[in-house]
Amino acid sequence: MEPVLKVNVAGLEISNPTMLAAGVLGISHSSLERVYQAGAGAVVTKSIGINPRKGYPNPTIVHLGFGLLNAMGLPNSGIDEYCKEVILAKEHGVKVVASIFGSLPSDFQTLASKMESSGADAIELNLSCPHVKGVGMQIGHDPEFIHTIVSAVKSVVKIPVFTKLTPNVTNIVDIAKVAENAGVDAITAINTVRAMAIDIETGRPLLANKIGGLSGQAIQPIALRCVYEISKSVDVPVIGVGGILNWRDAVAFLLAGASAIQLGTAIAIRGLNVFHEINEGLKKYMSKKGYKNVNEFIGFSHKY
Amino acid sequence: MSMSSSAFHTNINEVRVLPILEVKKETSTVQSMVLKDYLCSHANPGQYAMIWIPGVDEIPLSLSLMRENESCRITVKKVGDATSALHKKVTGESIGVRGPYGNHFDLVKGNVIIVGGGTGMAPIIPLIQRLLQIGSNLTLIAGYKDSSELLFYEEAMDLLQSGGKLLVATEDGSRGFQGFPTDILSEEINTGSYDMVYTCGPEVMMKKVFDISENNGVELQASLERYIKCSIGVCGQCVLSPLGVRVCVEGPVLKSSILKRLNDFGVYSRNSSGKKIRL
Repeated sequence: MEPVLKVNVAGLEISNPTMLAAGVLGISHSSLERVYQAGAGAVVTKSIGINPRKGYPNPTIVHLGFGLLNAMGLPNSGIDEYCKEVILAKEHGVKVVASIFGSLPSDFQTLASKMESSGADAIELNLSCPHVKGVGMQIGHDPEFIHTIVSAVKSVVKIPVFTKLTPNVTNIVDIAKVAENAGVDAITAINTVRAMAIDIETGRPLLANKIGGLSGQAIQPIALRCVYEISKSVDVPVIGVGGILNWRDAVAFLLAGASAIQLGTAIAIRGLNVFHEINEGLKKYMSKKGYKNVNEFIGFSHKY
Repeated sequence: MSMSSSAFHTNINEVRVLPILEVKKETSTVQSMVLKDYLCSHANPGQYAMIWIPGVDEIPLSLSLMRENESCRITVKKVGDATSALHKKVTGESIGVRGPYGNHFDLVKGNVIIVGGGTGMAPIIPLIQRLLQIGSNLTLIAGYKDSSELLFYEEAMDLLQSGGKLLVATEDGSRGFQGFPTDILSEEINTGSYDMVYTCGPEVMMKKVFDISENNGVELQASLERYIKCSIGVCGQCVLSPLGVRVCVEGPVLKSSILKRLNDFGVYSRNSSGKKIRL
């Protein structure tokens, strides 16, 4: 019998453990549909705020060879406009996780409620954008604020609520515990690592915003360590993200304790077929190891 | 000359900061710049480069010439902050380049029509060169606003001297036919049996070119323009509905078989916040 890739992440039932990471391609319903058709178990939207945002001027992405450096500046069309995209994606049967960001607990409540009404299957709180002032990581550093936002959102929606954590803190496990105590359903780890690149000819930082977030291969061991440590310390599921490029990487994250994984940079490096390739690789690995179900080896490495 | 200008780069994603070797005013609003860049000089017709204007912006620009001496040419119309900043650059000043990116025109040996509109003529120049090299019979229909905006008209005329037809239209009739290049296309496409239509220009014009080509059963390749930010297929800014086609990596050149399934083509684009806007 073929191994079963189906997983249940805190109530979010997905056909396989691969998901599209927030911020990647998720501007339009057609992109979400395309990624879902390419094999993703679920897709996370761009991070959406109350009002439209243009984002930063270019350069917003630098391709470093060992990862991508980005400072997009949270461009998004605003919740009311974006709900149209969610509704269209849902009409096509896509599993949609809505990423939201804001400054106030009431912003998060409004955003989560509107996403739920539009049909979103889960919410992912972006508490960790490393390069926009007043939102994201500045909130992600403050345990009290995280507690407030998670509790606030949990009190207004029925769908699962995930929170995405920044690695740019002294101890990510402490932050994960705070989120768990506040009632979060799952933890996504990690967001990008604060980083920069400088052009030596001009002496200028390459990103228009100077500082951005690093994703891809370079951060994979950091992400893997975070997933391992968090999943050992909390009872809620952990969704692993950070530099996963192939099925071997995906297996390592599942072994480290991730119940699902997200892909972003892999799309630039490997193309949209990477979802399918990882799922096929997972099946082969499971057959070889005698696993019938993904759950049989999630967190396997904890025993060492 | 700076060090980076002579370095041999093999990674298209690496930003190369290069001195501008030559600046040429093409029309009252359009300027060309020549750079020495190994990778872009080996680009295929239809590909684009990401041009970094340090401290201002980074924008996609068509490569309007690829030369054998490892130099290439970019051509830009003054429309906003980034393009105005580029127009202020003089010979010897530096800009950053990465690429070339995107797909390219598929070359067809046979009878082909090319329809260019305004700055859409930029990627058409290297296309003409390659098509002539492989022995195609060319009919170029170039459309312009007026006779002060005849971008690459003379250059195209020189190229087509060796064989090929050049028809020109201006909206005010100050040169050639008065009207749109699509008016000429509707007539011209009936005069022979054509194997391919190529087009680049304003999308509303290209949508008409598409309709005419479809009605006459001739395949089309159109080079589309969208707000391209990352150029590597991850940011989602340039995506067309409903197929989710990424213009930056699966374009900019799209064929009839794809275009006919894109409701956005000729109608919608997305602004910097990602909101759908009418073209």
